[in-house]
Amino acid sequence: MIPPAFDYTRPATVDEAVRALADAGDEGKVLAGGQSLLPLLRLRLAFPELVVDVGRIPGLRGVREVGDSLTIGALTTHHEVIRDPLVRRYAGLLAAATATVADPAVRHRGTLGGSLAHADPAGDLPAVMLALDGELVAVGPRGRRTIPAREFFVDYLQSALTADELLVEVRIPKADGWGFHYEKFQRVAQAWAIVGVAALVRRDNGHIAEARVGLTNMGSTPLRASAAEAALSGAGDPDAVARAAQEAAEGTRPAQDTSASPEYRAHLARVLTKRAVLTAAGMG
Amino acid sequence: MTRISVKVDGTTYEDEVEPRLLLVHYLRDRLGLTGTPIGCDTSNCGACTVDLDGESVKSCSVLAVQADGSDVTTVEGLAHNGELSGLQRAFHERHALQCGYCTPGMLMAARDLLRENPNPSADDVRQGLEGNLCRCTGYQNIVRAVLAASGQEVTA
Repeated sequence: MIPPAFDYTRPATVDEAVRALADAGDEGKVLAGGQSLLPLLRLRLAFPELVVDVGRIPGLRGVREVGDSLTIGALTTHHEVIRDPLVRRYAGLLAAATATVADPAVRHRGTLGGSLAHADPAGDLPAVMLALDGELVAVGPRGRRTIPAREFFVDYLQSALTADELLVEVRIPKADGWGFHYEKFQRVAQAWAIVGVAALVRRDNGHIAEARVGLTNMGSTPLRASAAEAALSGAGDPDAVARAAQEAAEGTRPAQDTSASPEYRAHLARVLTKRAVLTAAGMG
Repeated sequence: MTRISVKVDGTTYEDEVEPRLLLVHYLRDRLGLTGTPIGCDTSNCGACTVDLDGESVKSCSVLAVQADGSDVTTVEGLAHNGELSGLQRAFHERHALQCGYCTPGMLMAARDLLRENPNPSADDVRQGLEGNLCRCTGYQNIVRAVLAASGQEVTA
């Protein structure tokens, strides 16, 4: 379908973009790669009065090493994330999960910042950011602020960004030496995850010293499987991992839709957590 | 209206467009380049795949204004002086099409795939074309054609 009419501006700087967003109030929408927004416009599920195209603002793309963390520009595409040597070395979970997002053509356009700001609980990268304990940096009329991933995803398609804030970069603490795996269950190759599990595991003497488990599509926001994480601590063999994974759906409220019932999603969370953690821990 | 300048298949066009105009509509309705079809309208099928500044994109998911200043290649820019590209010839010789609706997108996605991985395995080809659907389910010959275009021996 043809998108609804909107005004369009292509600011050259972050400050210009923030001013345009502030002027538009609640009627503005940020366009980066457009791989979430364009389908919404085409299906007439979004009606912004102003589209602020930030796609060409310099300095918002690429990966830098800053001390103990990586700083990834919000406009870095999925394609770039997957191939970036720093991401592969220090945030392998992000590279692996990003490689499962949609298809090559979409990954050429879609951006890390865009998919996080879209805050779709069925998107793969929000749960990955939670598992990586990342932070998101936003710029607004009142300056810059840093938002922990745990506070960023507020509700279904709703992030902690205010209407006049622009996500400019993502920070991820280096996790070299951690095992990782993203396990995704989907109906067909390109479909959204019915459930996805992002696992990050630090091992010590053959035991799991610390595990972080992010859940995709198990509620109105991405979630951490805190009960399973606690139960995984100290697990030293596949049976112990399987027992701990039984806690993976604790505290979740997954949706009912045409793909799955809440009960089936809870079942998937337990099974996929077991698989993801076993692979991440090298016990698979 | 927004002014754009886009190079498409070697020709530069200057136009005033509505911001909401999709790149695929610009190619088809304004430039008359109907070789790029619209398939699903939901970003799933890949029929409308074109090359934008050296990367495959789904032209139903790009605004024409986003292509301002860019270089676009469509399926109509693949042949030169009436001579098919090697990839097009491989599709022809291997009968890599049935109804042909997905073919422009398959060609553009396969071209990108071979640029990135000149010597792919059959599995690499299937993964690389995951964003392109063939409703005739003629995938076997498409995979064989892409392998043949890469210079590999293909049996059957």
